[in-house]
Amino acid sequence: MSETSTPTRRSLLKGAGAAGLALGAGPITGFPAIHAAEPVTLRYLGTAVNQSADIARKVKEDLGITIDYIPVVTDEVTKRVVTQPNSFDLVDTEYFSLKKIVPSGNLMGMDAKRIKYADKITSVFTKGMLDGKAIGDQGTAPKKVFYLEGQTGKTFATAPTEWITLIPTTYNADTLGIRPDLIKRPIASWKELLNPEFKGKASILNIPSIGIMDAAMVVEATGDYTYADKGNMTKAEIDRTIKLLIEAKRAGQFRAFWQDFNESVNLMASGETVIQSMWSPAVTKVRSQGVPCVYQPLKEGYRAWASGFGIPKTLTGRKLDAAYDFVNWFLSGWAGAYLNRQGYYSAVLETAQAQMEPYEWAYWMEGKPAEKDIKGPDGTVLEKAGATRDGGSFKDRMGAVACWNAVMDENTYMVRKWNEFIAA
Amino acid sequence: MTDLALPAPADAAAPAAPGLRTEERRRQRLAYLQAGPLALVFLVFLAIPLALTLMVSFWEYNEYEIIPAFTLQNYRDIFEGCLNASDLCTTARTYLSTLKLCALTWASTLLVGFTVAYFLAFHVRTRTMQTVLFLLCTIPFWTSNVIRMISWIPLLGRNGLVNDTLMGLGLIRAPIEGLLYSDFAVTLAFVHLYTVFMIVPIFNAMARIDRALIEAAYDAGASGWQTLWSVILPLTKPGIAIGSIFVITLVMGDFVTVGVMGGQQIASVGKVIQVQMSYLQFPAAAANAMVLLGAVMLIIAGLTRLIDLRREL
Repeated sequence: MSETSTPTRRSLLKGAGAAGLALGAGPITGFPAIHAAEPVTLRYLGTAVNQSADIARKVKEDLGITIDYIPVVTDEVTKRVVTQPNSFDLVDTEYFSLKKIVPSGNLMGMDAKRIKYADKITSVFTKGMLDGKAIGDQGTAPKKVFYLEGQTGKTFATAPTEWITLIPTTYNADTLGIRPDLIKRPIASWKELLNPEFKGKASILNIPSIGIMDAAMVVEATGDYTYADKGNMTKAEIDRTIKLLIEAKRAGQFRAFWQDFNESVNLMASGETVIQSMWSPAVTKVRSQGVPCVYQPLKEGYRAWASGFGIPKTLTGRKLDAAYDFVNWFLSGWAGAYLNRQGYYSAVLETAQAQMEPYEWAYWMEGKPAEKDIKGPDGTVLEKAGATRDGGSFKDRMGAVACWNAVMDENTYMVRKWNEFIAA
Repeated sequence: MTDLALPAPADAAAPAAPGLRTEERRRQRLAYLQAGPLALVFLVFLAIPLALTLMVSFWEYNEYEIIPAFTLQNYRDIFEGCLNASDLCTTARTYLSTLKLCALTWASTLLVGFTVAYFLAFHVRTRTMQTVLFLLCTIPFWTSNVIRMISWIPLLGRNGLVNDTLMGLGLIRAPIEGLLYSDFAVTLAFVHLYTVFMIVPIFNAMARIDRALIEAAYDAGASGWQTLWSVILPLTKPGIAIGSIFVITLVMGDFVTVGVMGGQQIASVGKVIQVQMSYLQFPAAAANAMVLLGAVMLIIAGLTRLIDLRREL
């Protein structure tokens, strides 16, 4: 045990430095007797959106595990896993980044036998199906990268195995956010993003791999072109998509591009933009400021994303056990209910449902009008009684997924073309 | 620039008595020893990282690893399409955009910085007052530069304070869109952030000007403007040059300010490098960094040609 004591302290400091969080003094090290009784700390690498202080507090209460968050932006998570695999004990990353991470060999497959609810994980992940109906699988759909051939395998398995790449935490179906009070007419299609009517009032997100998918949704909506796979374009398709974006940019369509959650909230809340790519909790945040904002369902469908827990190959001993304990706890309901109340979806629906009031479940998951005021996890009223959720039920929303966030084979070329778009 | 910091080795001129020579050698050794720590710092924190960056810029890469090799592909990618005269290539556009911001910022900070420094050096009489006012200039630096930058946004936005006030006064009918997310906004933020870097060296140069020279100019019948133009300006040149180097290098490498104030719509070299880094394309980013370094060095070489800093100092 004393062997692990030094890395614990050093990594704690490192993690705290990176996160800008000081979680009090580090554990006392060098005394094996005390160390053995010491609680385990897991360094949790992920994006700030998924790292809730409430979850950390609850897991400390329930399991005694201390969660030390390392919040970075989406692209940075991948970079850390590939370049600094020893700087975290647990990573929460998006499935699309697996195409970069798995070949690096820095993560190990999670043993399905040790995951209590492994067979309860929604079929959206395991089979790409919802209630027996196939959902859109363009891009890096989780089912394509869910299983590994072996625990330390660098290739994805096509059939289920006992080695799971990431255990899902949250997922959602993304669409455009709009300001109904400023647009004053119904919006039904992705093509409205580039409608000259909203010149100087539109925005797209400046994360190349996601931004280009939103652009592809627009291209298909205008009927110009249909992609074989929006999440894996050919060079010619990338050229075509970027060309459209450049034309729109030169015509002054965009007010700004955004890169993080808060930027998107500010753009929308201040009225700088009236229509833009957006994430679900950002819409909730704009609304909680008293500004009307709708997460508009569109007829072409949603662009979905999913993230999950992975563990580094080097994790062993108590930390490894703690990581499995934490993941099992995460799937056991409390965290799932917490996420569902934020407008995300949880991986194991049954356990989350058991932790939610029936009226909450009806509003968030079944698309029914709220019987009572709907409160967020922090107790603020998100919606008054009578409201219904944008896009309706889980089945309506996840069932209408058109594509998933992706890493393309031509990723390098795509990033170059994206830079061209920004420079245009 | 490194050699600037290293003191010239003791002059080993005419051969002298053996005793003297050992004395001289000792002094020479001492000189090297004295220069040693700084040289070491430069080596570890500048020379080695730079050499590594240069090396990596010739490597190959894929989605998840960089592969030692020797390829010019990264540089070829940067300059792809740049020989085509009819349409500017991405790199040329990016550099033009960065250089434009650089020029705007440089001119504005120079004007403001020179004026403030002039006021401090020649109009404020007492030392105490000079110090107090000088410290006042540094107050903006007490908060982080991200906060200083972001605080402009509510002011300049479409429904921001400036537009609201102008509309309230009836001066404009529709909000001015170009206040935020434009070259104007970026330059404004840069001027706010970096003017101090101009003030300090210019003030320093002005403080050293012998007041007798100004009196002499006055006695010789020069007007105020003539004194400023022919006496003060030439004597503050080193300060201007140092300030310019600060401002230009800061602006050339920036991507945060351009990103936030330009609404991510304005291209900057720093941003291109940052995107490539976050997509694990380190060799491409390294190649871009080398090109940027070359460009900045050219600008500074040009500046030092105009003003011989070492002689002036």
